[in-house]
Amino acid sequence: MATRVGKYTIRMDNPPSIIGFAAVGSKMESEGPLAQNFDLLCPDSTLGEQTWEKAESRLQKDAVNTALSKCQLSPPDIDVIFAGDLLNQCIGSTYGLRDLGIPFVGLYGACSTMAESLSMASLFIEGKMACRTLAVTSSHFCSAERQFRFPLEYGGVRTPTAQWTATASGAAVVGEKVSPPYVRQVCLGCIEDLGIKDANNMGAAMAPAAAKTIQRFFEDTYTNADNYDLILTGDLGTVGSDLMIQLLEKENYQVRAKHKDCGMMLYDLNNQDVGAGGSGCGCSASVLCSTILPQIKNAQLNDVLFIATGALLSPTSVQQGESIPGIAHLVHLSSREK
Amino acid sequence: MIIMALTPKDYEQMNKKASPPTKSYLTIPMAFLIGGLICTLGQFLTNLYTMLGLVKEIASASTSITLIFLAALLTGLNVFDNIAKVAGAGTLVPITGFSNAVAAPALEFKSEGLILGVGAKMFTIAGPVIVYGTVASVIYGIILYVFKLY
Repeated sequence: MATRVGKYTIRMDNPPSIIGFAAVGSKMESEGPLAQNFDLLCPDSTLGEQTWEKAESRLQKDAVNTALSKCQLSPPDIDVIFAGDLLNQCIGSTYGLRDLGIPFVGLYGACSTMAESLSMASLFIEGKMACRTLAVTSSHFCSAERQFRFPLEYGGVRTPTAQWTATASGAAVVGEKVSPPYVRQVCLGCIEDLGIKDANNMGAAMAPAAAKTIQRFFEDTYTNADNYDLILTGDLGTVGSDLMIQLLEKENYQVRAKHKDCGMMLYDLNNQDVGAGGSGCGCSASVLCSTILPQIKNAQLNDVLFIATGALLSPTSVQQGESIPGIAHLVHLSSREK
Repeated sequence: MIIMALTPKDYEQMNKKASPPTKSYLTIPMAFLIGGLICTLGQFLTNLYTMLGLVKEIASASTSITLIFLAALLTGLNVFDNIAKVAGAGTLVPITGFSNAVAAPALEFKSEGLILGVGAKMFTIAGPVIVYGTVASVIYGIILYVFKLY
């Protein structure tokens, strides 16, 4: 059974395994430094679909089917699926997964959704409420732009702090303990808001949430950055990463040497025009499932803290002048069960 | 549990330091250059139309129509946003920007149909410009009227 450690952290006494995983992406991702780690890369960002929303659903469906086929499973083998995306009413997930016939739980945590869904998927296994679960999230640059910003062909200029929504999806199949990667602990974050109002600087809006969740996890587990090989934040980008490191330094936690950010890994920040880095539910999900999970499986990385971060804004809240609340959930992944 | 003794004001200071500013030394000259080029093209068109025998007012109107057409065409060919990325306000401020602001949503929202998509969303960006442009012209007209009374 799962045990609560400290105030915020949950430890898996019988850590579930991530038995299958897959990442899919599109053109920008295929031009990025992680391209060779992806399972599927479709250079056409419509993915052969009529609308951007359908294209995103297709990404998610492809990620799920690829992850399942990689561990020789099919949809009936999954007891429950936890899925989310950025679109209104989570239609990326619902339309992508409607034909699979798997009990469905839709989640919204903005770009933090992969850590949220992976936490839920793992806790369901640990609590013996399911034998196999699936966590999947997606985002699509074009569907996100039209919902949150401007039409694609509009000639507005982005500020240097803006981030690029990844056209990608990542899926992870979780099952009972068999082999690494194991999900050892999760730490669910609180909503944090330090008053950032600029929707073109979501890294700054999310950094306090990431810092707080990491700090709470360290305090609960009496550990610090030295105990882990990698502290992987979701999509803080360059600005948010810098701020999070500074915030943790104020609390006497030095994470700079161990820290990487999915938004800064997915793209070549010098040669691809992505502003402060990648973002979107698909960013952290695809970096995790393409690059990080294989390295934990091979024990190239032993202990990884995966902290996906989300900016919980909507176009309406931004227009009404509200500040942007951030959230960050932490999942401790390991090549060792104890 | 120690709560971070950090106020939103402190954090705003940190954010300002961490966020890279817009490279105005590059963007402003580019906007000037490309905006100027568009205006030169406009003048060239006006001269051309006058040479072809159009009276001044009609030549000016034809110039606007040509620039609007070109910007809408380039928007449809997925070229305009790439020019605008470099030119910034240089393409946004002239009538080309207005044309793009109407054509871009019309293209984007065609997936929602002709009525609720193209028809309803076409003026989401340009709408405020029309509303407040009209309001400004009314105020300007009143001022002009009052001054002309005396």
